[in-house]
Amino acid sequence: MTSDSIDIINAFALLTNFVILPALSYGSQLALGALAVTLVYSVLRFSNFAQGDSMAFGTMIVILLTGFMIGRGWTISGIPTALLVIPIAIVFTSMYLLTMDRLIYRHYRKIKAKSITIVMSSIGVMFVTGGIVRFVLGATAQKFEDGERFIFSVREFKAYTGLEQGIAFKTSQFLTITIAFLLVAFVFYFLQKTKTGKAMRAYSDNKELALLSGIDPDKMVQITWLLVAALTTIAGALYGLDKGFAPQQYHLLLLPIFASVIVGGIGSPIGAIAGAFLVAFSEILLTYAYKKFLIYLLPLSMHPSSLVQLIGTEYKYAISFVILVIVLLIKPTGLFKGKVIVDE
Amino acid sequence: MAYLEGKNLVASYGVVPILHECSVEVEKGELAVIVGPNGAGKSTVMRVLLGMLEATSGSVMLDGKDISMLSTQDRISHGLAFVPQTKNVFPSMTVEENLQMGGFIRQDDINQTIEEVYALFPILYDKRKQLAEQLSGGQRQQVAFGRAMMTKPSIMLLDEPTAGVSPIVMDEIFSNILDVRNAGMAVLMVEQNAQQALNIADKGYVLVSGRNEHTGTGKELINNPEVRKKFLGG
Repeated sequence: MTSDSIDIINAFALLTNFVILPALSYGSQLALGALAVTLVYSVLRFSNFAQGDSMAFGTMIVILLTGFMIGRGWTISGIPTALLVIPIAIVFTSMYLLTMDRLIYRHYRKIKAKSITIVMSSIGVMFVTGGIVRFVLGATAQKFEDGERFIFSVREFKAYTGLEQGIAFKTSQFLTITIAFLLVAFVFYFLQKTKTGKAMRAYSDNKELALLSGIDPDKMVQITWLLVAALTTIAGALYGLDKGFAPQQYHLLLLPIFASVIVGGIGSPIGAIAGAFLVAFSEILLTYAYKKFLIYLLPLSMHPSSLVQLIGTEYKYAISFVILVIVLLIKPTGLFKGKVIVDE
Repeated sequence: MAYLEGKNLVASYGVVPILHECSVEVEKGELAVIVGPNGAGKSTVMRVLLGMLEATSGSVMLDGKDISMLSTQDRISHGLAFVPQTKNVFPSMTVEENLQMGGFIRQDDINQTIEEVYALFPILYDKRKQLAEQLSGGQRQQVAFGRAMMTKPSIMLLDEPTAGVSPIVMDEIFSNILDVRNAGMAVLMVEQNAQQALNIADKGYVLVSGRNEHTGTGKELINNPEVRKKFLGG
């Protein structure tokens, strides 16, 4: 290209490759985590601080099972083995979460503890879960993606379109976006249309009346943990396939996840998903270096010499935090009119 | 032996004793009313009958069977239904979903019963897709009634059904209650509006400090000078 021409198509391709696709897949991963937090909050009435580490736990199981399968040669070419073992990993994660509920949360429900007490106990569960994961897998980062890495690579894209700026579509991104969409659709269908899903909403709405209608509270709690286990394991596995697995990274995911939930409106499932994409896009849009993007769009005389990066990537967690503070100051009920946490 | 009987019920909240050997009973096709001053334990009687609060002693008999040991849910499936005073609907669910949840424990087709509820409260049919929290107070009360009727109960317990509604709505609610009774159900209700409630009641209980102070037909109680002076304002 001649350096003084304005090239909108290449600029858009650049943005798609480095901002839109990564933010869509990161947003999908956050959305699943945020949906899990929302379900726990709605049904069990506490903010689950162990969510990030539970995702690490689910991913740990996926990694162990993936290693086992590859060791035996039980793989299907082209498909990440992790994908095949997710259903089994969900079963293990369900068992773990149900055990934690039986050992810890059930006691606090029984004595009708204040919500803040249960939140504190979930912080305990968070440390224990994080500890288990580090004990089993170690604290170092690892990759567990196998199979075909790209739906199409930068080179293939360039060859096909003839554009200077390529777009790579990673398998992990494709899987993340597709699976997250299907899973969210399933959860909404379940909550809106099935008898058990409606009972869960009823239980979340008015516990005493649910009891009077013959809805079994223990069953509602169990089903919630099963859904949470599925969301948690899949979110963790997809995040790991996309960015690699590191226990500390998962632990820190709690902040963007909580930011998503609060931005969307606490207790609102649709809000959690919208919030997740808002947080994901904010993080990536604010930390992206726009130099090359502007070079495509501006005449030569106006080309920037700096990176044009608003905030360094090392500050990406600060973005979630700032969003959190702004929402709580200006609109504590969030975008979708959720609840404001009060201790009942 | 009456259809539903609470015999010599003793209950307390923690260490605070509420009921002292209190007894109530109601027959099918009969409307019994519990009246009395605030803190007399009126609502507590209901909670004990429903198994939401455990009685220290005394028994609850349904159709001759002792149901004192059953859980609330089991009592519901044995034909008891309850409309609480407040928080008696699922606010973020539609009218229709509220009714569906009322019929949650039923294994058979509940659509027939939903139609019956709509026939009794036609306004609910028009509002069936609306969220319960968007309805007026009187309409919400109808949703609460409808929800309780979904189990096809043989006995309805109502906790102050007319609390906080206008006089016109109150008349409407009382006439709804009489419809329910005339359909053959046993109805036991706690009421603040003692005069009006005793007027339509077949049987009344005046409760004071957790004890049966007066018992009789609605008419007897209204004509009892002591009851008139103390509880009906002369």
